Amino acid sequence: MIIHLRIWRQEDRTSKGRLVDYTVNEASEHMSFLELLDVLNEQLLQSGDEPVEFDSDCREGICGSCGLMVAGIAHGPQKRTAVCQLHMRSFNDGDTITVEPFRAKAFPIIRDLVVDRSAFDRIIEAHGYVSVTTGSAPDANAIPIPKETVDDAMDYAACIGCGACVAACPNGSASLFTAAKISHLGLLPQGQVEASQRVISMVDQMDAEGFGDCSNYAECEAVCPKGISIQGIARMRRAYMKGVLSA
Amino acid sequence: MASRASDPSQSPRLDSKVPSGRLQEKWDIYKNAVSLVSPANKRSHHILIVGSGLAGASAAATLAGLGYNVTCFCIQDSPRRAHSIAAQGGINAAKNYPNDGDTVWRLFYDTIKGGDYRSREANVYRLAQVSNNIIDQAVAQGVPFAREYGGVLSNRSFGGAQVSRTFYARGQTGQQLLLGAYQALSHQIAAGRVKMLPRREMVDLVVANGRACGVITRNLLTGELERYAGDAVLLCTGGYGNAYYLSTNAKNSNVTAAWRCHKRGAFFANPCYTQIHPTCIPVSGDYQSKLTLMSESLRNDGRVWVPKDPEDKRAPELIPEDARDYYLERRYPSFGNLVPRDVASRASKKECDEGRGVGETRLAVYLDFRHSIERLGEQTIRERYGNLFEMYQRITGDDPYHTPMRIYPAVHYTMGGLWVDYELQSTIPGLFVLGEANFSDHGANRLGASALMQGLADGYFVIPYTLGAYVAGLGSSDPIPLDDDSFDATEQEASDRIDRILKNKGDKSPTEFHRELGHLLWDHVGMSRTSSGLQSSLEAIHRLEDEFWERVCVPGSANRYNKNLEFAGRVADFIELGALMARDALRREESCGGHFREEYQTPEGEAARNDEDYADVAAWEYNGRDPKLHLEQLTFENVHPSQRSYK
Repeated sequence: MIIHLRIWRQEDRTSKGRLVDYTVNEASEHMSFLELLDVLNEQLLQSGDEPVEFDSDCREGICGSCGLMVAGIAHGPQKRTAVCQLHMRSFNDGDTITVEPFRAKAFPIIRDLVVDRSAFDRIIEAHGYVSVTTGSAPDANAIPIPKETVDDAMDYAACIGCGACVAACPNGSASLFTAAKISHLGLLPQGQVEASQRVISMVDQMDAEGFGDCSNYAECEAVCPKGISIQGIARMRRAYMKGVLSA
Repeated sequence: MASRASDPSQSPRLDSKVPSGRLQEKWDIYKNAVSLVSPANKRSHHILIVGSGLAGASAAATLAGLGYNVTCFCIQDSPRRAHSIAAQGGINAAKNYPNDGDTVWRLFYDTIKGGDYRSREANVYRLAQVSNNIIDQAVAQGVPFAREYGGVLSNRSFGGAQVSRTFYARGQTGQQLLLGAYQALSHQIAAGRVKMLPRREMVDLVVANGRACGVITRNLLTGELERYAGDAVLLCTGGYGNAYYLSTNAKNSNVTAAWRCHKRGAFFANPCYTQIHPTCIPVSGDYQSKLTLMSESLRNDGRVWVPKDPEDKRAPELIPEDARDYYLERRYPSFGNLVPRDVASRASKKECDEGRGVGETRLAVYLDFRHSIERLGEQTIRERYGNLFEMYQRITGDDPYHTPMRIYPAVHYTMGGLWVDYELQSTIPGLFVLGEANFSDHGANRLGASALMQGLADGYFVIPYTLGAYVAGLGSSDPIPLDDDSFDATEQEASDRIDRILKNKGDKSPTEFHRELGHLLWDHVGMSRTSSGLQSSLEAIHRLEDEFWERVCVPGSANRYNKNLEFAGRVADFIELGALMARDALRREESCGGHFREEYQTPEGEAARNDEDYADVAAWEYNGRDPKLHLEQLTFENVHPSQRSYK
C-alpha cells in the first residue's frame, strides 16, 4: 500500500515547528505504524535527509515510551492500542495521515515527535509508593486480600505512563495518570497507611507541573491503551477530600 | 565447590570466592563473616548504578535505603521503562503455598538441571534461598499478584518444573515488579538519596589503579559527554539478545555498556549461551523491527501441534484429532507441553525443517487452546491470558479463542554475560554486574519465570551484602577526581569514536549492518550450530566489521538528540560481540542447553553434553580479534550431572 504522511518536524524546544509531507510507497498492512516510520527513516537516510525522531522501545505496548497523535487521536484510531501495536491494516491504501507529538504545557517538545514527560516521574516521586525498605516485609500471605480487590487494583496498576491521557485532554490534565496510581495503591491494604498523605502530595505535584484540571471530558479514558477507567478520578477526588479534611 | 586449585586448566584469574561449608549454609556463613559499613560511612560512599530495570532499580532503592549515596543512569526517558517491564509470565519462588512438595532444594535442583549443569551450585542455591523474600517484598510494595477467592496468593506452573511455584500478575508480571522497584526507587529519589539521570548512555568505564572508579556517559538529549566518579560501579544493563537484530528484546536493549567494560578488562563468560524462546509470533516481513513473545505460561493450557501430513492445507480447526501430531506430548510424555524452552524450541525447528511447518512461511507450529476452552470455559482462559490473546490478535489479525495461534522460536534471553564471582564482582575490582548482564545463575539455559527472580535477588538481597565487603575494604580513600588523567583519556577515546562514526559519510545505515549481523548469527549461531557454519560466520562477521567502518553513514551531529548515532555505536559493539559468540560456540564442542552443536547429539536428537571436557565456564579476555580464553572449572558436590531427561 501507498501511505502519505504529514509529520511534525521541530528542531528543538524553542524553534518553530511545521508539518512536512512524505510518502512511503512500500507499506504493508502487516506493518506496525512505527515500522512504517522506520521504513520512512531508512528512505530519508538513503536520500541524505535527517530521520524523524520519535521515542519507542519495547514495541509491544507495555513500556509506554511511544506516543504519537495519529490522525488527530492519541495512539491512533484503534481502541486500547499503543501506537507501536497499531497496524497498517487499520488504514487504507492511499491514505494521508497526520502525525504529531503529544502536546501539553507540561510535556515540552524535545525534537520532532519526542516530548519530555519527566513530570510523570515527579508525580510518582511525590509519594506514589509504599514506604517499605528492603527486608522489612512480612510474609506475602500474611494479609489476605479479596480477589476482586486485587483485580480492581491491577486494572489501575496496568497504566504504562505513556501520557496519551494528557495529550487527549482539552485541559492537558494528568488526572487519569495520577488517579491510576492513587487507586492502585489505595485499594490495597499495603497502601492504606499513607493513603491521605499520598493523595495530597501527588495532586499538589500534578498542579505544580502545570497540568490542567479535570472537567470530566473523559477523552483520557477513550484513548488509554490500557483502558483505565475514569472512575479512578472520582476515587482520587474522594480520597483527596478525605485527606484534606482529616489533615 | 571451591575452585580446584590443582586443576591446571583452572585459571588463577577466576577465583569464584565461594565460601566453604555445606551448600545450605554458605550464604549464612558469608553474611556472618562479611565486613559491615557503618551508617555514617555509607553516606560518604558514592555508588554508580547503570540501568534501572529490575536489577538496577532494586539495587538503587536498597542501597540508598541503607544510606549509600547513589547515582543511577538509564537510557530511557524514565526509569519505569526498562525492558524488565515486558516480562509477562511470572516469577518463581519456593514458597510452597500450594503444598505440592516444593522446597528451596527443589527450586535449586530444577534451576541447575534446567541450566544443563553449567552453572555454579552455590550461586544457584543462594538464588533459591532468597526467592521467598522477593515475593514478600513485592507484596509489601503493593504489587498486585493474582489471588485465589480466599484472598491468598495464586500460583501457576511453568516449564521445567513439576510443582506450581510461579507468582504472576496477569500477563504483566514484569511490569508490576518493575513498577514496584521503580516506586521504591522514586521514594529514594524524593528523599534525596538517589540522583536519577535518565536519557544517559554509558559509553565507557573509567579504570584507575586497577579499580573501576567512574563512568563516561553521553547525555542523549544534548550529546554531551559527562563524567561521574564513584567508589563502585554496578552494571545492570541487561542482555545482548539484540545482537540477532530480531529478538523479543526492546529496541534500545544493547550490549554497549557491558562491551565497553569487557574492553577495559572484564571477562565475558559463555557468550554462546543464548535462549531461543519457543512461543513467539512468527516473522512476517523484512520491515519487521522486533519479535513479540507469547508467554510460556500459555503452554500450561495450550497444546502444541502440527498436521501429520505436510500437505494438509486445511484450516487448523478443520483438521481432525487423528490427523494432528501433538509432538511434544508424544516425545516427552511426562513433561509434555511444559518441557524447558531449549527443548521445545528445537522440537519446533525439527518439525519445520522436516516440512511440517504451517502458515505462509511454513516456519510456525500451532498452539491450540480449544481443549482448555472446552474444559475450563472461555471466561477462565480469558482471565488467565486475556491480554496475551488481545496482543496476538492485534498483531496477526487472528482470534486465538477460535483458531490456534501460530508460533515460532525467537531469541529472547542471554544466559552468557560478564563473568562474576560469588560477590557479583567482575574481573575488574569495583565493577559489579547484576541481573541478565552477568553470566551467573542460569547455566546454558534459563527456566521460565527465573529472570525476574534473579534480577531482583541480585538487587534486593545479594548486592547489599557483597558491595559492603568491597566498600569496607576501601577504607576512607577519596574517589578519583574528575580531572584525573584516567577520566581525560577515557572521555577522549569515547569522543574520538563518535567523531569517527559521524565523519565516515558512507552509504549504508546502521540498521542495514545490524540486519546483516542478525542474519549471520541466526543462521549460524542460533538454534543449531556446526563447526563449519561457525567458522564461516566468524570470518563473515570480521568482514562485516571492516565494512562497517568503511561504509557506515550517520547524518546529523554529535551535540544533540541523534538516535541513529546511538544505534550506530551499539551496532559496532554488537558486531564485535557477535564474533566472540561464534568463537565461544566453536570452542564448546558439546551440546548443552541453548547451545546445540549438530555434531554432538544423542541418537534421539537430544543435546549430548561432554562433562569430561566442558564442565566449565569459558571466560574471554578482550584482545582484539584474538581473545584470550580463561576457564573456571565447575564442580558438582551436591547434584550429579546426568543426561537431562523430560521424557
